[in-house]
Amino acid sequence: MNRAPDPRLVVQAAPFLRPQVSTPRIMGDVLIALAPATAAGLWFFGLSALLVVLASTAACVATDWALGGRAQLADLSAVVTGVLVGLILPPSLPLWMAALGGFVAIALGKAAWGGLGHNLFNPALVGRAFLQAAFPIALTTWVPPQGLFALYSGNLALPFMSAPADAVTSATPLGQMKFLGVSTPLADLFWGNVSGSIGETSAAAILLGALYLVARRACDWRLPAGMLGAAALLAELLHQIAPAKYPGAMFTLLSGGLLLGAVFMASDPVTSPLAPRGAWIVAAGAGGLVVLIRFWGGRPEGVMYAILLMNSASPLIDRALQPRRFGGSAPKVGR
Amino acid sequence: MSLGRTFRHGIHPEEHKEATAALAVERMPFVERYILPLSQHAGAPSRPLVEVGARVRRGQKIAEAVGFISTTLHASVDGQVVAIAPRPHPSGKLVPAIEIVADRSSPQRFTAVSDLGGALDPFHLEHERFVSELQLAGLVGLGGAAFPTHVKYRVPEGGKIDRLLVNGCECEPFLTSDHRLMLERTADVVRGAEIAAHQLGAKLVVFGVEHNKPDAIAALERAVASVTAANAAAPGGDRPEMRVVGLAVKYPQGAEKMLIRAVWGEEVPSGKLPLDLGIVVNNVATMAAIADWFDLRRPLVERLVTVAGPGVRRPANLLVPLGTPVRAVLEHCGGLEESTREVVMGGPMMGTPLASLDVPIVKGTSGLLAFTDAEARLPAEYTCIKCGRCVEACPQFLNPSRLGRLARAGRFDEMVGYHAKDCVECGSCSYACPSGIPIVQLIRVAKGALREQALAGAKPKP
Repeated sequence: MNRAPDPRLVVQAAPFLRPQVSTPRIMGDVLIALAPATAAGLWFFGLSALLVVLASTAACVATDWALGGRAQLADLSAVVTGVLVGLILPPSLPLWMAALGGFVAIALGKAAWGGLGHNLFNPALVGRAFLQAAFPIALTTWVPPQGLFALYSGNLALPFMSAPADAVTSATPLGQMKFLGVSTPLADLFWGNVSGSIGETSAAAILLGALYLVARRACDWRLPAGMLGAAALLAELLHQIAPAKYPGAMFTLLSGGLLLGAVFMASDPVTSPLAPRGAWIVAAGAGGLVVLIRFWGGRPEGVMYAILLMNSASPLIDRALQPRRFGGSAPKVGR
Repeated sequence: MSLGRTFRHGIHPEEHKEATAALAVERMPFVERYILPLSQHAGAPSRPLVEVGARVRRGQKIAEAVGFISTTLHASVDGQVVAIAPRPHPSGKLVPAIEIVADRSSPQRFTAVSDLGGALDPFHLEHERFVSELQLAGLVGLGGAAFPTHVKYRVPEGGKIDRLLVNGCECEPFLTSDHRLMLERTADVVRGAEIAAHQLGAKLVVFGVEHNKPDAIAALERAVASVTAANAAAPGGDRPEMRVVGLAVKYPQGAEKMLIRAVWGEEVPSGKLPLDLGIVVNNVATMAAIADWFDLRRPLVERLVTVAGPGVRRPANLLVPLGTPVRAVLEHCGGLEESTREVVMGGPMMGTPLASLDVPIVKGTSGLLAFTDAEARLPAEYTCIKCGRCVEACPQFLNPSRLGRLARAGRFDEMVGYHAKDCVECGSCSYACPSGIPIVQLIRVAKGALREQALAGAKPKP
């Protein structure tokens, strides 16, 4: 018998079939899903939008590299966080603030907790919450959409110098609603020709990304669905009680950062419960809080705080709602 | 019968069955040397009945059961015992084995039925005798777990079995030996099931087969119909009702508890056995082996093995005498590709990795798979992002993410509260994990440590 030498066998534990999905692929899918919203931001807020997103992303990647080493960048999560930070900032924000937001998002939002998978709060929202507290004026200075070639002078402000005022500022649809009682046409809200954060303007673009995310199973659909559903329900209920005072479900869904937050931040697997029932609870809580803050809070928008608050409740909810084991409850005996 | 019955959760790995599904079973030629470990089954090792130097005949009893949860071992060839000593075992350990050098001049025929006391009519046999006959036949579950079959058939005091579930799922990718068996030995499978059901007092026999084997389903339906018709014509026809149920293609459909859930929608309570619901589950190959013993008095000395995987040059379904070295089987199949890195005994989800090709084919060997560099490479590992894919994959509804984290932290005691002991080690979590975390292996290690703890605790302190 001709005997070829034996191959050098490795002994690894079962299973021997490898996973078909990887964390970088999931993160890559999120980036692809963010592309339409980013493109819409560019379309309406021009070069400024691009610069802000680049600044925040570069800061996130650099911080992740500095704190966790180069290997850590492979999971692409820092890029996702960076793009998200940029998309939830005003287009005319000084670029150094956008970069600072990116740094805080990774350093305090992720690395300080022990890195990816260990953080309690969504890193991008941590970055924005920090900026909101540190620079309340800059973070609430809104400009009207000026098209693909727009470059707002605010972007170029030097660190810790007062920002040069933009010639034209414009309240967001939520601000107009809250402080002036003026509604914005739903078509504008849907397509995105309104002022606001870079990524939140076009509902259509966000929904396109959401479809992709769900189709690729890159996020738990329950989280955005639950948050949007709860917000719409509560808003419509209050609207029916006092139509003049509160906007209805459609305005609530399409205005501000609700869609963007629900699809890309509430759905963050790290900061949301594992169990499906837990996901529904957290999502509904976040949706409800958005409406409460918008209608009765001091600020026109509440998506960021709503999600951050529910993030903090996630671990408890997860612990309380462990899955029922197979055969663990009264079995269905008999036929 | 609705199509696509199934259990909840689970995974859909690529099937990879196309390479061998259409290959009829061929007989593995006899080789020079056979290694028959005394432990080829769950339970106590068998005790040798032969001495070194003894001449043995194919089918001869060469080791006997020690206690109830143990079974008999038979020579798989005519030949001479050359050693009774530790030999490499698929588990990776050296395990006492009987080594036989085959008699070259022998035609390797089975020992004549008359030598064993003639055929037995299993339909007129005391139940206790039936159980001991199964033990004498050396039968174990041929699906892979190799649990002694007779143990399942001893109906406990006051217990009542009303259903027999014959497992033809073969949900492990790559494997097709059960599929071939159902096609080529359909009548024997049904015959074995009839015997088993009669002895259990079961009123209903269900053959559960995944829908990716429509020809097997059709063959079984035909066989069942003809047997049913024959029984209806015969006098005193108190035979069980038999049904074939098509099931969705999903892993691990063939796990006992998942299969019961799929067929009847019932959950075996945690910590209990199918027996507690009045159900016995057995593999299709075990059914054919039961028929062989009572009709032909052939003990378990050979089994079907699927040889496949990217590292195998000529994939095949082989009827292999027990004890045949893995090396010989692979050589018969054209040898291994040079890029082979991993040889696995069993399926790709729950099989055993082999460290040596000198180990023998044993009673629980359902497949031999060879994987190359490309498949053997471990996935890059990232931290858990709590995506929940493992939770949605786990057929036991556990929280593998949590269990994996606790296991890695060495917090084994806490894992008990998360029902680690309910884990069936199917590997769905590891397969589903995008972060490449070896979750099932982490849980396995923890379960092992917990078992050892329990054993240490049970022993009286010196």
